[in-house]
Amino acid sequence: MDAVVKKPQDYKSDLKPVWCPGCGDYSVLASVTRSLAELDLDPHTVALISGIGCSSRLPAYSTLYGFHAVHGRALPVATGLKLARPDLTVLVAGGDGDGFSIGGNHFVHACRRNVDMTYIVMDNSVYGMTKGQASPTTESTWTGSKLTPEGPGLAPFRPLEMALSAGATFIARAFAGDPLEMTRQICAAIAHPGFSFIHVLSPCVTYRPEQKEWRTLVHAEFTEPETDRKAAFLRLLDDDGFSTGILLKSPSAPFRPTTAASEPISALGRQFAI
Amino acid sequence: MALTSVSIALTGSGGAGVMTAGQILLDAAAKAGYHGLMGRTLGPQIRGGESAALLRLATRSVQSPDDGYDILVAFDWGNIERFRDELPINPGGLIVADPHAGPVPDIMLTSQPHVAAVPFFDLAKKVPGGRVNMVALGLVATLIGLDHEYLMERLAIQLHGKGEAALEASRAALDAGAAAAEGLEHVPRLHAATPPTTERWSITGNDAAGVGAIQGGVRFCAAYPITPATDILEWLAPNLPKVGGSLVQCEDELASINMIIGSSFGGVPSLTATSGPGLALMMESLGLAVASETPVVVVDVQRGGPSTGIPTKSEQVDLNIAVNGLHGDAPHIVTAPLSIADCLFTTQWSVHLAEAMQTCVIVLSDQMLGQSRTIIDKPAELAFVGRRKVAEATNAAEAVPYRRYALTADGVSPMALPGTEGGAYTADGLEHDEFGHPSTQTTHHTDQLEKRRRKIESFDYGDHWALVDGDGDADVAIITWGSTAEVAREAMARAREQGVSVRLIAVRLIDPLPVDQLSYALAGVSRVLVVEQNHEGQFLRHLRARMDLPGRVEALHRPGPLGLRPGEILNRILAR
Ligand SMILES: Cc1ncc(C[n+]2csc(CCOP(=O)(O)OP(=O)(O)O)c2C)c(N)n1
Ligand code: SF4
Repeated sequence: MDAVVKKPQDYKSDLKPVWCPGCGDYSVLASVTRSLAELDLDPHTVALISGIGCSSRLPAYSTLYGFHAVHGRALPVATGLKLARPDLTVLVAGGDGDGFSIGGNHFVHACRRNVDMTYIVMDNSVYGMTKGQASPTTESTWTGSKLTPEGPGLAPFRPLEMALSAGATFIARAFAGDPLEMTRQICAAIAHPGFSFIHVLSPCVTYRPEQKEWRTLVHAEFTEPETDRKAAFLRLLDDDGFSTGILLKSPSAPFRPTTAASEPISALGRQFAI
Repeated sequence: MALTSVSIALTGSGGAGVMTAGQILLDAAAKAGYHGLMGRTLGPQIRGGESAALLRLATRSVQSPDDGYDILVAFDWGNIERFRDELPINPGGLIVADPHAGPVPDIMLTSQPHVAAVPFFDLAKKVPGGRVNMVALGLVATLIGLDHEYLMERLAIQLHGKGEAALEASRAALDAGAAAAEGLEHVPRLHAATPPTTERWSITGNDAAGVGAIQGGVRFCAAYPITPATDILEWLAPNLPKVGGSLVQCEDELASINMIIGSSFGGVPSLTATSGPGLALMMESLGLAVASETPVVVVDVQRGGPSTGIPTKSEQVDLNIAVNGLHGDAPHIVTAPLSIADCLFTTQWSVHLAEAMQTCVIVLSDQMLGQSRTIIDKPAELAFVGRRKVAEATNAAEAVPYRRYALTADGVSPMALPGTEGGAYTADGLEHDEFGHPSTQTTHHTDQLEKRRRKIESFDYGDHWALVDGDGDADVAIITWGSTAEVAREAMARAREQGVSVRLIAVRLIDPLPVDQLSYALAGVSRVLVVEQNHEGQFLRHLRARMDLPGRVEALHRPGPLGLRPGEILNRILAR
């Protein structure tokens, strides 16, 4: 394959997505495949790991090595893979419920750990797969779910602030309606050595039809990435949740523990000899 | 009178150094040619608190504790009521206690031992830099007849880099202890031994599990600390890098199990170690390992349960969850090491099984096995090295699409490792067809269920499934598993001395239970005694759910913290 110019199509499998027509996740799939083609990566050298949810269905729709793991655990699966196989390009994809609720603890620690991989969260402020319950990023007064008829009553989770506090070194926000910008961000994230987080506003047309409005709300804001946390924090003070662009790209030393063998296995026993 | 086995308990609270003294005594005795083991019991305190080093030294190989202790050395009696039950003293045994700690409590005198007073602290104070545990060490070595030069040799290693003065202070303290031993009566002396001519190891079960893991091919470990499994991790952390591997400390057990699923998906044999609470957290993802056919090994060093239970004490209580804890129909493998030394073999074998069958293996060790130290001959090299059936690269243009979950005769299908051209697939916990594509079709579901069952049913486990020992024409058979195996073996030996022949079946492969081999091994017996350390008889229920046991079936099980003793089992054998 090497000499041939790659096309986004090379990264798409023949499986037909289960997604509803108009779902924002189609655009994320397209942006991922386009980024990989632009970066000229061989599909078999890239792994795409996910949890459970509509958005977590992504891997099977690609020609990459994929792992569709259990709900909330995509990040640790990806971390183990990257640490054991530093030669691979590792991408992680999932939803806001998967990443910020059941998997929230892993999100925080993945930001701290700074293993070289790219995490794309498709945020639709709802649990699509289980048919429309509130997620951590749902507005506190949203009454669209029978489970929380009065609204969740909780302040929404702020993913960018969380990532920044936890020590992420690459933070961006994209909108499913702007695949070109998303592609630019994914390429930059893959190139960034360390944990890169892309928060994608990805509308759920079925359970949150009002999110069609997002098109009018998003605004390109983070045009030049900040390189230090303080400046990034200041910018987030004014964030209405719809600012897009790469917020932060700071110097990063990725976590990489694997070392070269220095001893034959048979030598290990010596420490027990008396 | 010289004995072939002497058991010694060294007890003290807060930094008295009983564990250090115990290990030096064990290793020095090994140098002199003795065998032995040392268990440890600790209170709940983070630092200090009551603790005891529980030794048994013998002229022959021993892997089981004795019924009680022949010598108990006590620096003080703080909180003795909390662990008196774990310190049975043999009739005619000897208590050596510091008189400043007050009179020997009545609860220690029920077996009417001899009592001697030795002012350990005063003696230690008289030696510049002298420590109370060294005084006790000198005393005990003198009592049992162990040459102090062996102690000095071990101390030189222990105190390496601390200078001559420290070593001399220890020697003087040993001498003070030796002088105090003069004139003591009712002393259990050990028979002389001959120093070994071949290499011997002093190793704990947890370290042995670490060695087995690496020898089996494990190169990645992700884990969260938990008593009493942490020692495995602390051994692996510096040793994995030496062989090109690594260990990562995780945010929780959900992360550890999923990280090793990820690394194993990448083709690197992987393992984690935990205890009951951590195993419970891992259950959902163990199902993922089964469904996605990703090999992983989880070593569960069991402790008293349920819930947080008794973290520092041993029990065999996680069989139920290990066998039955996964949701869905999820065939997998459960093994149990049968002695401290066998933690090496069983862990290595378990890695081999996981890799060969691309499934998850839970290894049921426990605190008694994991945190006890024993003297063994340097183990022979084992043939098992995790070897996975992998898919070769194909030229993607002309290849037939790769079927990750192909239905093969033995149920194992070649696994493409990421990076292999033409092998890309998505591993999935969703039910899938042969390609790995999600499917809800009946045929796909039954085909894959049967494939995953077939893998582990048709595998040739050889005769590693159990240790079968004893007399072929015996009437009585003991079936046991895990840490009670060696205790049962000692009971069997004692029964034989009394003219009663017994067969012992110590099961290493808990699930899938090799029912045919087990029935064969039980042929001809009229009584079956199922021995284990828990309250509910988990293994007995497991056996009964899978097979009909012959003859009269009796259960011998009780909870911890005192480990089962050979005498208890012997009494049941003899009770007709
Ligand atoms: C342990 C566990 N709990 C609950 C579920 C049910 N479940 C499946 S997907 C999902 C939420 C998905 O929401 P999100 O991650 O936001 O993804 P979306 O479907 O919106 O893309 C839930 C609760 C599950 N699969 N596993
Ligand atoms: S339910 Fe919502 S998130 Fe799920 S596929 Fe449909 S539109 Fe997308």
